[in-house]
Amino acid sequence: MKIDINSILFGWYPYLCLTVFLLGSLLRFDREQYTWRSGSSQLLRRRQLMWGSNLFHIGILIIFGGHFVGLLTPIWIFDALHISHSFKQGLAITVGGLAGIMCFVGIAMLTHRRLLDPRIRAHSSFSDTAILLLLFVQLTLGLLTITVSLAHMDGHEMVKFMNWAQAILTLQPDAANFVADVDPIFKLHLMLGMTIFLVFPFTRLVHVWSAPVWYLGRTGYQVVRTRRAIAPAIQPSERQP
Amino acid sequence: MKIRAQIAMVLNLDKCIGCHTCSVTCKNVWTSREGMEYAWFNNVETKPGIGYPKDWENQKRWKGGWVRKANGSIEPRIGGKWRVLSKIFANPDLPEIDDYYEPFTFDYEHLQSAPQMQAFPTARPRSLISGERMEKIEWGPNWEEILGGEFAKRSKDANFEGIQKEMYGQFENTFMMYLPRLCEHCLNPTCVAACPSGAIYKREEDGIVLIDQDKCRGWRMCVSGCPYKKIYYNWSSGKSEKCIFCYPRIEAGQPTVCSETCVGRIRYLGVILYDADRIEAAASTPNDKDLYKAQLDVFLDPKDPAVIAAAIEQGIPHAWIEAAKVSPIWKMAMEWGVAFPLHPEYRTLPMVWYVPPLSPIQAAAEAGSIGLDGDMPDVRSLRIPLRYLANLLTAGDEAPVATALERMLAMRAYMRAKTVDGVIDENIAKKVGLTGAQIEEMYQIMAIANYEDRFVIPTAHREVGADAFEMRGACGFSFGNGCSGGETDVNLFGAPKKKTHGEVA
Repeated sequence: MKIDINSILFGWYPYLCLTVFLLGSLLRFDREQYTWRSGSSQLLRRRQLMWGSNLFHIGILIIFGGHFVGLLTPIWIFDALHISHSFKQGLAITVGGLAGIMCFVGIAMLTHRRLLDPRIRAHSSFSDTAILLLLFVQLTLGLLTITVSLAHMDGHEMVKFMNWAQAILTLQPDAANFVADVDPIFKLHLMLGMTIFLVFPFTRLVHVWSAPVWYLGRTGYQVVRTRRAIAPAIQPSERQP
Repeated sequence: MKIRAQIAMVLNLDKCIGCHTCSVTCKNVWTSREGMEYAWFNNVETKPGIGYPKDWENQKRWKGGWVRKANGSIEPRIGGKWRVLSKIFANPDLPEIDDYYEPFTFDYEHLQSAPQMQAFPTARPRSLISGERMEKIEWGPNWEEILGGEFAKRSKDANFEGIQKEMYGQFENTFMMYLPRLCEHCLNPTCVAACPSGAIYKREEDGIVLIDQDKCRGWRMCVSGCPYKKIYYNWSSGKSEKCIFCYPRIEAGQPTVCSETCVGRIRYLGVILYDADRIEAAASTPNDKDLYKAQLDVFLDPKDPAVIAAAIEQGIPHAWIEAAKVSPIWKMAMEWGVAFPLHPEYRTLPMVWYVPPLSPIQAAAEAGSIGLDGDMPDVRSLRIPLRYLANLLTAGDEAPVATALERMLAMRAYMRAKTVDGVIDENIAKKVGLTGAQIEEMYQIMAIANYEDRFVIPTAHREVGADAFEMRGACGFSFGNGCSGGETDVNLFGAPKKKTHGEVA
């Protein structure tokens, strides 16, 4: 296997990022739960957040879902369902583009608020500002790729990314070859995307892991905790005389 | 019957002098930290007024508490579970910090460092959030102290519901009272119900409602859910915090800091046994005005042999049952009927109750029109409108509040007859449905209010309490990993380093 910049960035870097993403998240969850939170600043300033946060979150969830399904669904499933590559690409451009614009408006408002509102700026950590800017740049790159994609609507470029992502997850050593010749803007988008995974555990993004969907399954509303159950665990024989 | 015990509180508003000692001692112990400057686990409001945060009693605006649906079940006013999750990105029902107040400090250093000038140097205010100069302080934690501000603003007070309030803006008709407020440690807390993470819980042993600081993710639905607005979002840590009822002290059999330091001796702490199986039905009572009585029915008589037997069988410690028998809370709420829940119409079944305040007979008395009901003045001629107190304490039902006020007046009349005239007048007691012995006991507990009568707190049982031996040499109460914060100055996961006592920052 040839070792070049392409294989380092798209063959090795993904594993570094995934390892740090998973291990870092686990370590933080285990050791630093008090820091594990969404980090909302709504209390300090409501203005711009109501629209900004809703647009941003709904947009990015649609985009995330689209990337997840679009990249990781095996190609034979699309074939079996008779979904052509060009149709899939058209769908991705339309849905992703709309969600992207939504998200773009939202994140622009949030960034404006974070950088220019004195209250929010005073209480933004380096990672709070950095991750917002990273996401902003990544989203912009993602929207820019649409212009490249529109040039070839047959979907063959898209298949390269599907192959690459699936090859990475199935541990194929030559995965980087799939994306060796794609447009630089895609490469930038991929690199930055992996970097977001890399820094994920060190930012407020960890709240994504805790999306409280389990709330819907809670029976009733009330939560009661007791320490009584602990008591019988101490057997009289175990007690010191 | 599922028997649980709770340490409940009663505040005798008739004796509150509005000195704020409770608030200040609580603040010093629990909330003098970054992110919590604006938060007062205990605050004292002057009523009538819109309070802290602004307008907190207006649930049309803040959507706190529960609503009873057409099918007879209840759900949080902010919405069911799907509705709560749909608001998670931006909570439309969350107060902004300006609804509490922007916390500030003063440039005290300037007083020492100012050069020689024509005028005295002053310490000007500075925001504790943005660090910027504040030219004018617009609102504070106790802005309406002793009826501060115009009546037009204060009269937005939701307790004026159903009252022709205009006349109370006139100087000669004005009235006021103090209302110290803390977390109600409800039997049916909306904050717990609204928390998507399940981080808020009620302790089975003593009923204290706590937020698990490790499990809280800062979705901030609890702030909206709580109708008393007694959950505070710590904007620095990103976690919600609330009154912890000084649980480390309660576990050790000591009163909460606010109760211990109350100079007016208005606070009472004691055990109430209740039936957890009846909570849902009581909270779903159709008519708002019946909620107060419904909550009384949830409480269990600690002298009833059947209750005692069931309590022992269900593992309630013997000391707690004994404490429940002499609980001052039980006496005031159940035996004498002088204590009431705060806003029972929120359907949370609160467990911090209030004795309504007496007030001077209105000026109308001077015209000879004093409403005398036998030897006692008519409680409707008291300066604080009965309806106002009823809106505060019984969802607008005036009868129980009137009875309570009459009993308190009767206590004064009875004791006056006894100590001044040397006459024991059983008729006074009988007229308000009590006996002389009961009035004597009321007098002992409510007027004399000895320490041991006010606070009847059994200690937590050893086997369910925290193992203090294991905690020896630890760093005490702290957040996160406490004293095991690591050696480097940089925290990988973005939290400010906590310093222990031995370390120098």
